[in-house]
Amino acid sequence: MSDVSLTVNGRRVTGTVEDRTLLVHYLREHLGLTGTHVGCDTSQCGACVVHVDGKAVKSCTMLAAQASGSTVVTIEGLANGAELHPMQAAFKENHGLQCGFCTPGMIMAAVDMVNRHPEGLDEATVRAELEGNICRCTGYHNIVKAILAASQVMLKGTAQVAA
Amino acid sequence: MYSVNYHRASSLADAASLAKKGEARYLSGGMTLIPAMKVRLAAPSDVIDLSHIAELKGVSVSGNSVRIGAGTTHAEVAGNAALKAICPAICSLAAHIGDPHVRHMGTLGGSIANNDPAADYPAAMLALNATIVTDRREIPAEDFFTGLFETALDEGEIVTAVTFQAPSKSGYSKFPNPASRYAMAGVFVAQDQDGVRVAVTGAGENGVFRSPEIEAALASNFDASALQGVTVPSDGLMSDLHASAAYRANLVVVMAKRAVGAANG
Repeated sequence: MSDVSLTVNGRRVTGTVEDRTLLVHYLREHLGLTGTHVGCDTSQCGACVVHVDGKAVKSCTMLAAQASGSTVVTIEGLANGAELHPMQAAFKENHGLQCGFCTPGMIMAAVDMVNRHPEGLDEATVRAELEGNICRCTGYHNIVKAILAASQVMLKGTAQVAA
Repeated sequence: MYSVNYHRASSLADAASLAKKGEARYLSGGMTLIPAMKVRLAAPSDVIDLSHIAELKGVSVSGNSVRIGAGTTHAEVAGNAALKAICPAICSLAAHIGDPHVRHMGTLGGSIANNDPAADYPAAMLALNATIVTDRREIPAEDFFTGLFETALDEGEIVTAVTFQAPSKSGYSKFPNPASRYAMAGVFVAQDQDGVRVAVTGAGENGVFRSPEIEAALASNFDASALQGVTVPSDGLMSDLHASAAYRANLVVVMAKRAVGAANG
């Protein structure tokens, strides 16, 4: 067993976990943060993407013990109260989801993508950067539109949230 | 995943001493080891996390001499401006490993110590005539990669860095499998005053190898046109459901042409 201590969505959390506990299971089952999804469970689909110390990672491919000491942001940590994060708002506005299963990972990956491209994004870059996130409903078209729209809002204004 | 004991090493000495436990494995970015443990292809009793050892981190460039710490992530290699200025091919290679999330975790040291036959970095190490530095010695890349998932590393030995001289020109091109995105053939070419070195990943039955046919063709004329009509033997190339050995042999030449094109900018 390992003692872990993290900051998750601004809240300090501590716990004792089996060493083999994956970060995604710690988030979902120990902290009740079920917005982060397990899709393929083989490190391909990106439904489990969260930010660890400001970087998008696949939380199904990291032990909770590895993440101990880190700052984690999940999909639950993006909105400011009732006000959606610009990326969440853009996915809603542009119909960037159908079943919604991949959406938390898509949005966390997309926020990371915008943060890493302060010079701005174009469609080709967005499509290439989505390599690690799989959606089986939308054909990606509206996801790409949503990310481009949100990147305009994020880069214009207020800042990088969850960076 | 089977039960495992996690240890966070604070130094190389600490890691080496922890590695004496049971069936211990070193853990760097974990982008191969953790998935392998999840499907029980790997079942170490202990994992020793190397990612908090400061001396394994970072890229240093001095003139044409490059040193990349083994714990440097693919994203850090891809984004290093000093490295990009003298050896853009290795930055481009790193920028196309896996996906953005994998590149935030996966490390150069982890990649070469694993020596997956379809991994990208082994081709760069061999073509750049790199030296693999460990906590015990220095190993030329030529002697380091010894077969499928096999290296010259001894039990418990830790890759700490790689060093190389940036060549005058270098380029890398791979044909990714459409599903897995691993290279079905990836070719790294490097040219400097000592000649041309060409290394191939993704195609060899025994992992990464140098291609004498392509090196000979490029030695006198470092241009994609010099590879017109050049063939490489399909003996010793992988043949699987994705591609036959003959297909891969052709792909190697095509990727070499593109790599030379990239090297010549």
